[in-house]
Amino acid sequence: MAFQLTDIIPALPEIFLSGLALLLVLVAAFGGEGIVNARRVTRLSLVGIAVALFLLVQDDMIRPFAFGGMFAADYFALYMKALVLVGTFAALLLSLRPEGDDGINKPEFALLVLLALVGMMLMISADNLLALYMGIELQSLPLYVVAAMRTNSLRSSEAGLKYFLLGALSSGMLLYGASLVYGTCGATDFASIAASLGTGESPIAFVVGMVFMISGLAFKVSAAPFHMWTPDVYEGSPTPVTALFAIAPKVAAMALLMRLTYGAFGQIADQWSQVLVALSVASMVVGALGAIMQTDIKRMMAYSSIAHMGYALAGLASGTAAGAAGVMIYMTGYVFMGAGTFAIILLMRRDGQAATKISDLKGFSQTHPLLAFGLLVMMFSMAGIPPLAGFFGKWYVFLAAVQADLVPLAVIGVVMSVVGAFYYLRIIRLMYFEDTDVPLDTQTPAVNKLVLGVSMAVILMFFAGLSGMLTATETATVALMGEPR
Amino acid sequence: MIGAWPILSIVTFLPLFGALFLLLIRGEGEVVAQNARHVTLWVTGFTFLVSLALLIGFDPKMPGYQFEEKAEWLPGTGIGYHMGIDGISMPFVLLSTFLTPLAILASWRSIKSRVREYMIAFLVLETMMIGMFVSLDMLMFYLFFEAVLIPMFIIIGVWGGARRVYAAFKFFLYTLLGSVLMLVCILAMYIEVGTTDIPILTAYSFGVGMQTWLFLGFLASFAVKVPMWPVHTWLPDAHVEAPTAGSMILAGVLLKMGGYGFIRFSLPMFPHASEFFSPLIFAMSIIAVIYTSLVALAQSDMKKLIAYSSVAHMGFVTIGIFTLTEQGIAGAMFQMISHGLVSAALFFCVGVVYDRLHTREISAYGGVAAVMPRYAVFFMFMMLASVGLPGTSGFVGELLVLVGAWKASTWVAFFTATGLVLGATYMLWLYRRVMLGGIIHEKVHDMEPLTQREFAIFLPITVIVLWFGVYPASLLDLMVGSIQLVIDTVSSSGVSLLAQN
Repeated sequence: MAFQLTDIIPALPEIFLSGLALLLVLVAAFGGEGIVNARRVTRLSLVGIAVALFLLVQDDMIRPFAFGGMFAADYFALYMKALVLVGTFAALLLSLRPEGDDGINKPEFALLVLLALVGMMLMISADNLLALYMGIELQSLPLYVVAAMRTNSLRSSEAGLKYFLLGALSSGMLLYGASLVYGTCGATDFASIAASLGTGESPIAFVVGMVFMISGLAFKVSAAPFHMWTPDVYEGSPTPVTALFAIAPKVAAMALLMRLTYGAFGQIADQWSQVLVALSVASMVVGALGAIMQTDIKRMMAYSSIAHMGYALAGLASGTAAGAAGVMIYMTGYVFMGAGTFAIILLMRRDGQAATKISDLKGFSQTHPLLAFGLLVMMFSMAGIPPLAGFFGKWYVFLAAVQADLVPLAVIGVVMSVVGAFYYLRIIRLMYFEDTDVPLDTQTPAVNKLVLGVSMAVILMFFAGLSGMLTATETATVALMGEPR
Repeated sequence: MIGAWPILSIVTFLPLFGALFLLLIRGEGEVVAQNARHVTLWVTGFTFLVSLALLIGFDPKMPGYQFEEKAEWLPGTGIGYHMGIDGISMPFVLLSTFLTPLAILASWRSIKSRVREYMIAFLVLETMMIGMFVSLDMLMFYLFFEAVLIPMFIIIGVWGGARRVYAAFKFFLYTLLGSVLMLVCILAMYIEVGTTDIPILTAYSFGVGMQTWLFLGFLASFAVKVPMWPVHTWLPDAHVEAPTAGSMILAGVLLKMGGYGFIRFSLPMFPHASEFFSPLIFAMSIIAVIYTSLVALAQSDMKKLIAYSSVAHMGFVTIGIFTLTEQGIAGAMFQMISHGLVSAALFFCVGVVYDRLHTREISAYGGVAAVMPRYAVFFMFMMLASVGLPGTSGFVGELLVLVGAWKASTWVAFFTATGLVLGATYMLWLYRRVMLGGIIHEKVHDMEPLTQREFAIFLPITVIVLWFGVYPASLLDLMVGSIQLVIDTVSSSGVSLLAQN
C-alpha cells in the first residue's frame, strides 16, 4: 500500500487545478487591483477547468485505488467529476459580467472557487473517512468566504456567517459520526469498513455514527430538516455565488453520500434506507410547500433545490443499483437546469440594478421572447413535465423507489411534484400571462446566452442522449457497488 | 408502397417541423402574423391529407396494429420507439388532423396578438395529440399525454378570457395530479413485466390485487381527462376562458384522451378490475349525465352551458365503455368521434357570435336567426346532432350506448335515457333563447352575417356529421375488429379468473 509515483496519474486534474490556484494567488496579488485583473484570473481559471476536464476523460485515469486506497478514481468518480467541472465552469462563466455591483469582481473570487472545486473533486474521490473529511473542508472553507464576498452588504455577510456556523456544525456532526464508525469498525477506509460489517445487527454505536454521518452530509446537500441555511444563504450571497451553490457543491455532496452509503455501508442498506426515506419525504414536502410563498427568486430556487434533493434521495433510499443510476441521471439534469435558470436570473436587471423579485419577471416574454422561452423550458423541466430532462430524472428515481417496494415514497413524491409545479407555473404565468410597464434591461451578455443555449439544448434533447447515459451510469454503478450480485 | 414510408411518424412530427419553421420567419409584426397563419394552415392541412393515406391503406379486416414502426430508443431496457394504429386509434388520429386546420381557421381573425406564438402552440399541440394516439409504448404514450398540457396551458393562459390565469392553473394542476398517479402505475407495470411495449403489456395478465390498484391509478388520470363527475370542475373554467380554437380542440380531441385510455389500457390490461369497478363507473357516469345536464340548464353563459353538456355527453361514453359489450364500446367510440365534431362546431358557434358582440351571455342575444340565417341553420343542425336526432352522428352513438347499457342493466339504461331527455331540454332552450324570438337588443341588428371563412369551417363538419348519421357503417366497420379484440381479452380473462377460483 506504499505510495507509488503512478498514483499521481489519476489525481492529475486535481493536482493541476491546485497548482493553478496557487499560481493564480500570485497573479491576483501582483496583477493589480480591480476588475481587469479579476477578469484575467477568472479567464485563466476557466481555461484551467477546461484543461482539468480534458485530463479527466483520458483513458488511463481510471484506477480504482490510488494513494493507498485514499483516492478512488473509478468511473463513478469520473462521471460525477465531469458534472461538477461542467457546473463550476458554467457558474464561473456567468460571473464574467460587465457590472461590478455584487462584490465578486475581485481577483480572489475565481481562485477561491478553484480551490473549492478541488475540494469537491476530492469529495467525489474520497474512499476513506480521512479523505472524506479533508475534501469536505477544502470545499467548504472557500465557499464560506465567497458567500460573504460582498463586503458592503449586510445580507452577504450574514449569509457567509450563517453558512459558516451551520457548515461548521455539520462538519462537527460528520466528524463525530466518523469517529464512532472508526471506533466500531477499526478502520477508516471504506473497503475495510464494508468488510467489517456483517449483514446482521450492527452495534448501536456504529448505527449512531452512521446516522450522524448521514445527517452531516444531509446538511451539505441541504436536505430537510437540515435545510435551514439554504434560503438565507442563497438570498444573501452575490447572485453568481448563488448560481455556483445551486449547481456544483450539491453534486459533490450527493456523490459523497452515495459513495459512503453504497460503498462503506453497502451491506446494511436496510438500515440506512429508512433514514434516507425520511430525509427524502421531508425535503420533497418542505421544498414544495416552502417555495409557494416566496417572493424572491433566489429564495424560491433555494426551496426548489431542496425539493430536487428530496427526489434524488428517493432514488438513493432504494439502496439498489437502479437507484444509484437514477440519482446520477437526476443530477445530470439538475446541473443543466440550474445553469440555465441562473443564466437568466443573473441578467435580471432594471436600470443596471439587479432585480431578484419574482414579480420582476412580469411581461418578460414581451421584452425578451427568446430568454423567456428558455426559462419556460427550464421551469417545465424542473416541474418534471415530459419530454424534458426533469421528467426522465424523476422517472428513474421513482422507478428505483417502486422497485424497492417504496411505493408510498413514490406516491408522495409525485404528488409533491404537482404541488411544486404550482410555483414553477407561477413564473411562466408572470412571464407570459401578464404585462409590465417597467421592463427589465434588454442587454444580454453573450456568456448568459451561451450557457442558456447549451442548457436548453441538453434539457430539450435529453431523451436522445438517454440511452448513452444509461450505459454510462450502469458502468459507474458497477464501479460504485461492485459487480451485481 | 405506402408501407415503405414511416407514415405515422410523418403525420406525428410534421406539425412540429412546421412550428420550427415558424421560428425562422422574419419581418414586420403584421407580415409575420399573416405568414404564420398561412404556414400553419398549410402545414395542418397537409398533415390532414397525409393522414388520409392512413385511412386508405388501413385494412379493417386485419387484426392487430397496422403501419407499425419500431426503432431502438433505450436498448436493453424494454423501452423503445413503437408506433402503430388499429381501428380504435385511427379515428382519433383523423379527428385530430381534421379539427386542427379548422381550429386554425377559426382563430384567423380573432387572434390578433402574438400570432406566431399562438400558431406554434397549436402545431406543438397537434404533434402531441397525434403522438399520444399512435404510441404503442407506454412511456412514449405518457410523454405525449402529459406534454399536451404545456401548449394547452399557454393557449388558455395567454389568449384566454378574463379569468384565464385561474383557469389555466386549474386545468394544468388538476390534470397533472391525475397523470402522476398513472405514472406510478406505469412504473409498477414496467417493473412487473420488464417492458413498456403496449402489445406485450396487453397480453400480460396482471394479478387480481395488482389490477385493482393499477386500475384505480389509471382511473385517476383518465377520469380527470374525460372528465367524470366529481373531477370535472376544471372543464367549465378551462372552456369558458380558452379562446374559441382552444375550446374546439379541448372538447374535440383532448377530452377523448380519457375515453381512449380506458379502451386502450384499462379494459384489456385490467379486465378483472374493469368488471369489478364497472358499477362505480356507472354510478359516477349517471350522476354526471343527470347532474351536469341540470347544471347546464341553469347556465347563463353559452360556453359554460356547452361545457357542461360535454361532461354529460362524456358520461354516455364512459357508460358505454364499461358495459363491456360490443355495442356499448362501439357506441362509446362513435359517440366520442361524433361529440368531437359536434362540440367543436358548437364551440365555434359560440365563437362566431362572440367575435361580433364580445359577450357569451345568453341574455345578450335573442332573434339572431333573423340577422344570420345561414348561421342559424348550422347552429340548429349542430344542436340537433348534439341532442341525438336520427340522421346525425349523435343518434348512432347514443343508440348503441343505450343498447349496450340495456344489456348491462336496465336501471343504467333508464337513467341514461333520462339524461337524453334533459340534454334535449337545455339545448333546445339555448337555441330558442339565442336564435329565435324577437330582437331585444339593438346590437343584434348590426351583427355581420356568416363570412365565407366561417362557412368553410361549418361545412366540412356538417357534411361528416350527416354522413356518419346516414351511413354509420363507414365508421363502425373500421372499429369493430379492434373492439372485438378488446372484448375477447376482457371475457377470456374473466373466464380464466373464474377457472382459477
